[in-house]
Amino acid sequence: MNLPYTVIFEKRTEDYPKWLPAVTSLASVIVAFIISGIVLKMIGGDPILVLKFFFSATFGSWAVFSDTMVKATPLIMVGLACAVAFKMKLWNIGAEGQFYMGAFFSSLVVLIPMVNLETTPKFIVIALMVIMGMIGGAIWGFIPGYLKAKYQVNEIIITLMLNYVALYWNNFWIFDKWSDAGFQMTPQFEKVAWLPRLSDLAKEYKAFSGITLHLGVVFGIIAAIIIWWILERSHWGYEIKLIGDNPQAARYAGLNITKNLVLVMMLSGALAGLAGMSEISGVVHRLQEKISPGYGFTGIIVAWLAKLNPFAVIIVSILFGALIIAGRQIQPSGIANLLQGIILFMVISSDVLLRYKIRIIRLEQEA
Amino acid sequence: MTSSPPSHAVEMKDIVIRFPGVLANDRVNLTLKHGEIHALLGENGAGKSTLMSALAGLYKPSSGTMRVHGELVDFNSPKDAIAKGIGMVYQHFMLVPTQTVTENILLGLNEPKFFMDLPKYDQKIRDLQDQFGLRVDPTMKVWQLSVGEQQRVEILKTLYRGADVLIMDEPTAVLAPQEIDELMNTMRSMTKQGKSIIFISHKLNEVTAVADRLTVLRKGVATAEGMDIEGLTGEKLAELMVGRKVIFRVEKKEQEPGDVVLDLREISAQNNKGVRALNKLSLKVHQGEILGIAGVAGNGQSELAEVITGMRGCEGSILINGEDVANTEPSAAIARGVAHIPEDRTGVGSAPNMTITENTIMKNYRDQPIGNKWSINFTEARDHARGLKDAYDILAPNVRTMARKLSGGNLQKVILAREITTNPKLMVAMQPTRGLDVGAIESIQRLLLEQREAGTAILLISEELEELLTLSDRIAVLHEGKVMGIMDAENADVKEIGLMMTGTKRSDA
Repeated sequence: MNLPYTVIFEKRTEDYPKWLPAVTSLASVIVAFIISGIVLKMIGGDPILVLKFFFSATFGSWAVFSDTMVKATPLIMVGLACAVAFKMKLWNIGAEGQFYMGAFFSSLVVLIPMVNLETTPKFIVIALMVIMGMIGGAIWGFIPGYLKAKYQVNEIIITLMLNYVALYWNNFWIFDKWSDAGFQMTPQFEKVAWLPRLSDLAKEYKAFSGITLHLGVVFGIIAAIIIWWILERSHWGYEIKLIGDNPQAARYAGLNITKNLVLVMMLSGALAGLAGMSEISGVVHRLQEKISPGYGFTGIIVAWLAKLNPFAVIIVSILFGALIIAGRQIQPSGIANLLQGIILFMVISSDVLLRYKIRIIRLEQEA
Repeated sequence: MTSSPPSHAVEMKDIVIRFPGVLANDRVNLTLKHGEIHALLGENGAGKSTLMSALAGLYKPSSGTMRVHGELVDFNSPKDAIAKGIGMVYQHFMLVPTQTVTENILLGLNEPKFFMDLPKYDQKIRDLQDQFGLRVDPTMKVWQLSVGEQQRVEILKTLYRGADVLIMDEPTAVLAPQEIDELMNTMRSMTKQGKSIIFISHKLNEVTAVADRLTVLRKGVATAEGMDIEGLTGEKLAELMVGRKVIFRVEKKEQEPGDVVLDLREISAQNNKGVRALNKLSLKVHQGEILGIAGVAGNGQSELAEVITGMRGCEGSILINGEDVANTEPSAAIARGVAHIPEDRTGVGSAPNMTITENTIMKNYRDQPIGNKWSINFTEARDHARGLKDAYDILAPNVRTMARKLSGGNLQKVILAREITTNPKLMVAMQPTRGLDVGAIESIQRLLLEQREAGTAILLISEELEELLTLSDRIAVLHEGKVMGIMDAENADVKEIGLMMTGTKRSDA
């Protein structure tokens, strides 16, 4: 016997309401949790327990939420880096390398040192590190941007390869030049080069003791606001979107495409470089081998899941920060990866809902 | 009875091909004799390609019959047509650039089965070449070949598949003059060996040089069926192609043209394939004047528009109000008050995934009141777009509608509205009404006339002669990148224009 109903997909003829992407994305995350739960049940786990643990380990207290935010911080900036480039359909997959170059350049302030670390006030040291970090990332974005603008070299390949160059460049300096007693890391930085943390205020406010959240998250949020303003309000953002949507039309409208291409790659690199600086100065406090567990690549996913919206990047980054933290706590750690994979699949497939309307219609009863 | 003389390679009878809302071919007859070159002529959109696609098995005619060598055929796919010995040489080559000539020719065949004994097939192809005089090294990769050589590969492909009826869709359009001569020699040698050829073209000199008979299509109807080439005059051909129509002129105010706005001096430029498209062309357009550019598509019209608007490099000088802007960027032309209605509305003239608002501010997003120093005032931008939407009668739910959701006519109005609001000194309009319905055509034409009255110099490039005669003050005919002649639209002779379009000048003119 056939069901008396049928489901049809109808192509949307008019634009979807503005709130719909948010709703479908949220729904797909929930569905992803449900599917993961079913998988856990099938392998004999207790999904409710895991879910409870997931939330208590990531959002359960101020302390663990702070850990989640610490992980989310680099993702916000790297996610923004990717979002800006993707808006112009520039496939920068080199945020990882730009992150490392940002870390390296900001470390130079301390390692050379560029200023007298004993007499210079903290805010100047930090500001200098921020600028250096962004310059480092911007240089690493400039190279593929210039090559594409000048010689039509594919930016995907160049940015990908430059990731390895950056990694080994870093390794050279921490192994050979500034190694801390033969270890693959530099000595710890002087306190003046540390980003302020909430735990620094523990003396005045007891509640902040042990809270490792650092100023980097503020950089991330400010960056998101600035990027939003650039994309949605400025001349430049309009140009970026126009070039991204139809380069032919952009050229016709008199825009300088090559200049914009290089500038956007530099902005993208600078944001990833800022993430590297924030991680060095806020968390690791030294230049070492594995500062990033692949933030640059996760940033690509973050940017897509956020549909290139700067504020959504913040929210998605927090979710991914939570997944990283949970992955450390839940055994086997693959469960967090499983969840991450399913979320990705769900959010991407939810795009169908933006393009189609789903209708359930009653079939005519046959006589 | 149903048998027909075997001397006919192809016989198409009463072919009707209907697309939704369009009658592409209306009871067309075409008979191709054995060993002849039959020219098929007509303007763009006359239905030539559609008719040939039916013969090549791409479309099924709505009614009518087709016979190949006297046998009634009913093709369901190009494969069926190839099996009957019909091969089509397309205008756009279908070759794999990284493979050799031999590999491309063998592609899709059942032979060789598994082992590629290429040298053996290279030899087979060399033999085929010797037979027809089609020189191209079979071991070369396609990307290393010139356009003419690639075309020979396409011809070899059809010959290798055993075609004895070849359809050549504007084969000369992509070729340089000496390559055209070579192609014609090949065509003659092929017919000597029993092949029959249908040659699609709209160039009179080529047709008279190589063809035996011709069929002319106009708006899907055959105006000449299998007419002998002998004794055919340019006038006659122009009349067959363009037709003699009663021209209805809309109200156009008398006005004296003002100073020269656009002065083109000996402009030469290449097209995207690197072939010369404009050849030392000189023109002047005055204030408050519409200069119409007539010509068969592909004679340099697109390149002319692109050169003036800064989108294509060139030799020579382009003076706009006395300033040379040749070889600059589009921004230089825009800054000097050049508006551009591009040929390709969706590919060039608009950004499909951006809103009407964003599309209307493409050229003034930096100017007050929409643009501030760094930012765009989107409230102003929306008001601006709403104003245009009302003034130009753009049908859309609201100004947040994406450009890709607009109909052709409404999109064209968005583009025109945007260009007019820049208060242009010169407007370059390329095919502004193509593909639009009657109502939209009328409003676009009226807008152009209003611009003329406002003192704008307008260069109107169109393939619709009727439109040119209606709107223009003067008409220049373009042929192979050169101006064949300029005449007043008021008392222009359609036949003479048609003649010039095919590259001939009346001897007494």
